Amino acid sequence: MKTKLQYSSLTLMPAQCVRASAVVLRVCTLILCSVLLVSCSDSVQNTLDTPTDVRLAVPSNFPPIRYNLAANQISTDGFILGRTLFYDGTLSRDGTVSCGSCHQQSSAFTHHGHDLSHGIDDKLGNRNSPPVMNLAWQPHFFWDGGVHDLDLFSIAPIENPVEMDEKLDNVLAKLRSSPKYRSLFAKAFGSEDISTSRFLKALSQFMLMCVSSQSRYDSFVRHEGAVLSERERLGRTLFSQKCGACHSTDLFTDFSFRNNGLEQRTPFDSGRARITLQHEDIGKFKVPSVRNIALTAPYMHDGRIRTLEGVLNHYRFGMKVTPNIDSFFIRQGKNPGIDMTDNEAQLIIEFLHTLTDTDFTTRRILSEQ
Amino acid sequence: MRHVGLLQHKYIIRIPSYLRITRTVATRIGASYFTTLHSHLITMKHQLNILKLIILIAIISAVITGCSKETPVSAPDPTTTGSIVLEFDNIAGDRQLELNSTVPYQNALGEKFSVTTFSYYISNIKLQTATGETYTVPQDSSYFLIKESDAASQKITLRNVPSLDYTSVSFTIGVDSIRNTMDIAKRTGVLDPANGMYWSWNSGYIFVKAEGSSASSSNGSFRYHIGGFGGITSQTINNIKSIIVPFGNSAATVRPTVKPEVHLLVDVLKIFNGTANVSITSNPTVMFTPYSTTIANNYRGMFSVDHVHND
Repeated sequence: MKTKLQYSSLTLMPAQCVRASAVVLRVCTLILCSVLLVSCSDSVQNTLDTPTDVRLAVPSNFPPIRYNLAANQISTDGFILGRTLFYDGTLSRDGTVSCGSCHQQSSAFTHHGHDLSHGIDDKLGNRNSPPVMNLAWQPHFFWDGGVHDLDLFSIAPIENPVEMDEKLDNVLAKLRSSPKYRSLFAKAFGSEDISTSRFLKALSQFMLMCVSSQSRYDSFVRHEGAVLSERERLGRTLFSQKCGACHSTDLFTDFSFRNNGLEQRTPFDSGRARITLQHEDIGKFKVPSVRNIALTAPYMHDGRIRTLEGVLNHYRFGMKVTPNIDSFFIRQGKNPGIDMTDNEAQLIIEFLHTLTDTDFTTRRILSEQ
Repeated sequence: MRHVGLLQHKYIIRIPSYLRITRTVATRIGASYFTTLHSHLITMKHQLNILKLIILIAIISAVITGCSKETPVSAPDPTTTGSIVLEFDNIAGDRQLELNSTVPYQNALGEKFSVTTFSYYISNIKLQTATGETYTVPQDSSYFLIKESDAASQKITLRNVPSLDYTSVSFTIGVDSIRNTMDIAKRTGVLDPANGMYWSWNSGYIFVKAEGSSASSSNGSFRYHIGGFGGITSQTINNIKSIIVPFGNSAATVRPTVKPEVHLLVDVLKIFNGTANVSITSNPTVMFTPYSTTIANNYRGMFSVDHVHND
């Protein structure tokens, strides 16, 4: 199967006020970047179990990448190492829980059917497991944005007592005692040294490659052949009007933290305020992407809503007047919410289904081997 | 060549109080004994006393000579360098800190506790002279993790230090914001998140970790993990504390041939005792919460210099 890739074009910035040497330096950097991003334009994304040329491409309808690729150049061997680690229960205390346990490819790398993440010893987390998807574009991670760098992310689920309940140094010790991993690290990084940095960067390499950009919607907006029905196109317009303020760009999120009027539950989850300790952040959570949303039920930070209809019903009728509710939802003379008819809700749901990317959920190189 | 006047008074360190006499006094005692001695020389029954006396004088001399700093120290010369050792000696009030001690310590509120873990970062070290010169330890060599459980971690050796007479040290308790946000590839050594002094769910280092058991806590233990560098995209608590610790009446005379050792005392009781006394009963667990600033304000006072050796 061949997958057509799109690449963003790079534009030279005006450099009138920059010294000539700086211009030369900048042009060289751009050329390097261009090589990095475009050099695979003739190649295809390898779909075999053993990829030969793993590269991260920027779909033309996506904004620029946030992740600093220069500090972690993706290689085929680094990707394979990262994939091996991602699906290895060795990362957990008793060997039973891998990253892939709660981030299943068939559900767009979420834990389908679980309202809360379900970890070691059948313990429950306090939040719904988010998708491992398009992370190269994400400025921060978790529902509360507590981690700012993908390379620092993986420590958290490993050390969380209700997820993998292991210690990072112990994971490294287990990997160092494994001839298989010493060999994989040597292939990926040039020597058998297994360090925190190499371990985390390899995991990042795999996760960065979990790009979802091949939905019917993507093909439609990139004029690659797919068509949307009239109802889906109507739904797209309605979504843009009623949901696009937060679920913006073709990543379908602005990555902001907002309070969407969910009734407070016990134990209370303060959300973003857990990180900032600011009163105005209480009950705010990151706006999630709606890509592959039809595959990632249940919804909200604690998985309290089971269906997409239920989500839209929350915005139409179910919002509470919470202390930090987002001003977007404030309506004159009514409870906070979004005005929407039954028909409009149905059209929006039909549009959301065009964001399902079955290439992403079945791409062999992202699967456990 | 010159003597460093300050240092000539330092020969009584850790000598039992009954032997704490100056050389001048010792000489006077010796002279008076010998004078008295002469009149009794003919008396055989005094021979035993003479023997005792000689032994006493010998002991006193040995003690004084052993601890005195009579060796002249060369003049400061910043064109040459030497080394200096900072020793972080963890104590609990008037006792040495001992992990899992069966005899509990007691805070200002009268709560009894023992300590199972006491670890902290020291970084961004500078040395100052009385005349205003400052030596800044190179950034990449200026991060240390002191752990009560690891004796080797409690002595920091700073090398290539200009040969000057230092009278104070300043440092950060914790890790600066730049190191809290930099690429993982640069986080090696004590800054490796695998060291257990790192919050994974809220990226950042734990600056000071103190844990222990206490009957005053409802769950039988206390856990204080204090950090917070101010936040990245949103401002939040900043518990980075920078302090200066004077050496008192001493100077550390770094020279190519003299490697001073600054003996710092670090009092774990000061985590609890300060402008606001911390109650284990009320606050058995303090991590990333606003109350952590109270503990951080307390522990900035836990460092003092006990003495300086110039060997």
